[in-house]
Amino acid sequence: MIPAAFEYHRPSDMSGVLAILQEHGDDARVMAGGHSLIPMMKLRMAEVPHLIDLQDVGGLSGIMVGDTITIGAMTTQADIIDNDALAAAAPIMREAALQIADPQVRYMGTVGGNVANGDPGNDMPGLMQCLDASFTVVGPDGERSIPARDFYEAAYMTAREDDEVLTAVSFAKPAGGYAYEKQKRKIGDYATAAAAVQIVKDGGTCVSAAIAMTNLSDTPVYSQAASAALVGTSVDEAAVKAAVAAMLGDIDPVEDNRGPVAFKRHVAGVILARAIERAWSRA
Amino acid sequence: MKDEVTREERIDNLKGMGCSRKRVEDARFTQGKGNYVDDIKLDGMLFGDFVRSPYAHANIKNIDTSAALEVPGVLAVLTAKDLEPLALHWMPTLAGDKQMVLADGKVLFQGQEVAYVVATDRYAAADGIEAVEVEYEELEVLVDPFKAMESDVVLRPDTVGEDGKPADGAHGPRKHHNHIFTWEAGDKEPTEQAIGASEVVAEEFMYYHRTHPCPLETCGCVASMDKVNGKLTIWGTFQAPHAIRTVVSLISGIEEHNIRVISPDIGGGFGNKVGAYPGYVCSVVASIVTGKPVKWIEDRMDNLMTTAFARDYWMKGRISATKEGKITGLHCHVTADHGGFDACADPTKFPAGFMNICTGSYDIPTAYLEVDGVYTNKAPGGVSYRCSFRVTEAVYFIERMIEVLAIELNMDAAKLREINFIRKEQFPYKAALGWEYDSGDYHTAWKKAMDAVDYDGLRAEQAQRIEDFKAGKTRKLMGIGLTHFTEIVGAGPVKNCDILGLGMFDSCEIRIHPTGSAIARLGTISQGQGHATTFAQILASEIGLPADSITIEEGDTDTAPYGLGTYGSRSTPVAGAATAMAGRKIRAKAQMIAAYLLEVHDDDVEFDVDRFAVKGAPERFKTMKEIAFAAYNQAIPGIEPGLEAVSYYDPPNMTYPFGAYVCVMDIDVDTGVPEIRRFYALDDCGTRINPMVIEGQIHGGLTEALAVALGQEIAYDDMGNVKTGTLMDFFLPTAWEVPNYETDHTVTPSPHHPIGAKGVGESPHVGGVPCFSNAVHDAFRAFGLRQTNMPHDHWRIWRTANELGLHD
Ligand SMILES: Cc1cc2nc3c(=O)[nH]c(=O)nc-3n(C[C@H](O)[C@H](O)[C@H](O)COP(=O)(O)OP(=O)(O)OC[C@H]3O[C@@H](n4cnc5c(N)ncnc54)[C@H](O)[C@@H]3O)c2cc1C
Repeated sequence: MIPAAFEYHRPSDMSGVLAILQEHGDDARVMAGGHSLIPMMKLRMAEVPHLIDLQDVGGLSGIMVGDTITIGAMTTQADIIDNDALAAAAPIMREAALQIADPQVRYMGTVGGNVANGDPGNDMPGLMQCLDASFTVVGPDGERSIPARDFYEAAYMTAREDDEVLTAVSFAKPAGGYAYEKQKRKIGDYATAAAAVQIVKDGGTCVSAAIAMTNLSDTPVYSQAASAALVGTSVDEAAVKAAVAAMLGDIDPVEDNRGPVAFKRHVAGVILARAIERAWSRA
Repeated sequence: MKDEVTREERIDNLKGMGCSRKRVEDARFTQGKGNYVDDIKLDGMLFGDFVRSPYAHANIKNIDTSAALEVPGVLAVLTAKDLEPLALHWMPTLAGDKQMVLADGKVLFQGQEVAYVVATDRYAAADGIEAVEVEYEELEVLVDPFKAMESDVVLRPDTVGEDGKPADGAHGPRKHHNHIFTWEAGDKEPTEQAIGASEVVAEEFMYYHRTHPCPLETCGCVASMDKVNGKLTIWGTFQAPHAIRTVVSLISGIEEHNIRVISPDIGGGFGNKVGAYPGYVCSVVASIVTGKPVKWIEDRMDNLMTTAFARDYWMKGRISATKEGKITGLHCHVTADHGGFDACADPTKFPAGFMNICTGSYDIPTAYLEVDGVYTNKAPGGVSYRCSFRVTEAVYFIERMIEVLAIELNMDAAKLREINFIRKEQFPYKAALGWEYDSGDYHTAWKKAMDAVDYDGLRAEQAQRIEDFKAGKTRKLMGIGLTHFTEIVGAGPVKNCDILGLGMFDSCEIRIHPTGSAIARLGTISQGQGHATTFAQILASEIGLPADSITIEEGDTDTAPYGLGTYGSRSTPVAGAATAMAGRKIRAKAQMIAAYLLEVHDDDVEFDVDRFAVKGAPERFKTMKEIAFAAYNQAIPGIEPGLEAVSYYDPPNMTYPFGAYVCVMDIDVDTGVPEIRRFYALDDCGTRINPMVIEGQIHGGLTEALAVALGQEIAYDDMGNVKTGTLMDFFLPTAWEVPNYETDHTVTPSPHHPIGAKGVGESPHVGGVPCFSNAVHDAFRAFGLRQTNMPHDHWRIWRTANELGLHD
């Protein structure tokens, strides 16, 4: 498990990064924590003749909490767990981050890498869709913003252009109850099924809901229909059932070592129901 | 001299047997100061690595190495053609078969070694591997042993005679060209009759899936041929360094005195490091060819996919009993999937290891076992993963059959065990499949276990849970897993145990230094078991010098006495016995020296903890320290100077550790997630040398048992691709997945072992796997489950619930 030879670049600013990306095109790739990219290079599934380490580029990390929450791309999962202001404003972030990989990986793995990677197994993309986040990317033509719900096209295919770098994710401070529920085989494993849920309650009624599922399709699945099934209800058993049924219409899991399709669909339903119940109880 | 310390203090000072002495190895391990094979760096050392087959079954049409030889740093690429003139393109296996070192015209499993690239470093080697062009012609793949036994596809043309019929194998006639051997134990006809005449018969078919020992440190070696003095030194991850030396000598023709094999620190073996691998042979050849040291180290995928797997037994059983539950007969047939080459590591006369311990802890009057070994397109191996030869399979089989019989009898499975245990007074007990159990007290152990967990209370709780489940109050079922295992370890008596003709004795050599400290060397090699700690304790008690003053050294064939190494829980039963016996020789000589110094007759002194004292006059004594010095500075009439001893110990019998385990598990039927609420493990390993080390061994073995029972497997798809080749999919539990273990013990010393010890390193694995598995089964028993195969990972547990209609 040794990667092919590559050139290591460590520019100190974004213009340096963009210049190398321009120069080498497809042959260049940025690296954040390296905990998805380096294993792929070692397996020789990714060939990256020019590796651009983002470590020295300033201004890419940090968490800003206000009405809008902005998290720099190079912020690690451990930083997210440690940030009390973030945990108070968007507690689903800590709950989810604690279920990603293991502590060692979380000290290296970044939010930017997790959402830019495009691996359906990553937990942050579904989470970002649930929170209706948008991703800021910068490229040769300047900066633009892409909604998380439009970002994912297929496994490892995203709306980001090859010569663009993701600099931050941002989302409005979430309201209401939340839950991130994940079933996995062991610590450090990707999800068999995971659900991110935010619910706003007014009186006894659900006034808004957002539901996204992880590792149940070749992209994260934001289920508009499942969310809609809860709105206007008291999130009783029937509503939860309706939301689960709607979600099942949106996912498309494949068989792998975690199990066959029927199992994954069943577990997806159980996990979502539990997430909704927990989120509702906190709303 | 006044004796100011009490006798108790003198005992404590020795840190001898029974003391939870801290492990002396841990200072270096916990500080990153261990010296593993990959830490070895020699001047000019090269690195070798393999081109491996992406196909499970293919002919090799051509290998083009020219582009690889152009890669900077690549010095040579070896193929079977290069090895053939040396007759090293194939090598003998420990099972009497032979195995390709490098693909000779075809490949038989995914990951098989095709070419060996030698380069200045591992990075250049990896680039060289990419540049070797191999032309394959894919062949039909056989991954199912039952289909292999019916297929026209000949996996091993080299085993077919000129008449086109399968030639006899190492273990006799073969039924089919993909068949390896048939091995039988017990009495076929009487067993059939006994079962036929019985009131109750339970049948079951179970698959003990293929898995892998997966030591944290993978396999590897450094071979260094000194062309000036003709000496070959090999450092490697060898569980049996002496046997490796002999094998290397036999296949290379290098005289054995010119070969030095060194096992440095080893990061876990669990059977994976017993056999000989192509990497060793190629590294030796490459060192001879280049005149430079050559290192080979597997990566994780290489290790999981190619070096020694474990298990892969399809077991069909029939067990019969009276209506009251007294067992009358047991029949077992095994179809054993050995992969492309038969490279099992078993004593020569036991091609299915000690599978014939499968009557377990029970007094079964008649039994029959038949094992058919089969070739398939999978990796070779079949080693004993943290167990003595095939003992996990045997114990799993009988402990499942007992459960199935309990279902058939509609009886409590704990009760059924109790009815059938071999009774204390029946030992030594001659089992129906041939073994003579040395000792045991199963009823006492079982009762202690049942009381400790409040077994009746657990059953009452479970009954309530089932009611609640049926009433829709909970979605969690409760399983109570039971196991009473009997192991057979400490191979073994030279009269019936050998590997490649080498008798399975073991050895210890002791030198006492003038100032009263010592070094002892053994033919075994620790891979984490803590030999340097525990063997010093045996000696401390035997010779009266503090364990802290005794160095234990293993693993260097130039210095250690010949021994067969460490696996099958044999170190304490065999080398531990040799240690005690060598210690007794030291003591015998010390007695003569003491008598001389005290000016009395030899018979007038007696050993007392750390000294010899005059009988009846304990104030007149010589400490072992004083005696040691005297051995080097006095001319004693009739006694040679010095104080040394060596013992080669041929055990009269195996030892038979046993234990009673209970697992309490809650199972979420909707997600298939099991939660282990409680795990109680009572072990009887005879005399206990170091309780803390024992507990550590139990924890480790139980954790590997949990892994195997709940998820760890080497799975193949129909094309023979390994689906679980990385730790993402190959389940290695972390601290998070591991429950709290409650350990307990009884002590039934082995009557034939010098200190009564039986071995413990593998018991928890052997007993743990069926215990975890039985808990899963037990949770669903009330809903009609009889048998569902391991591994019990989430989706398979879910499937069981689904098939039983629990999701409707
Ligand atoms: C054992 C293990 C278990 C894991 N388990 C989980 C898990 O349970 N859940 C989970 O979500 N993840 C898991 N991961 C993945 C981990 O969270 C990764 O760290 C994360 O997916 C990627 O973050 P990174 O910073 O390491 O990115 P990198 O590996 O550096 O990069 C990943 C990809 O994103 C691109 N990229 C990175 N940063 C940017 C950027 N700023 N702009 C544009 N492109 C960028 C890279 O070019 C690359 O293609 C696991 C990893 C390991 C090793």
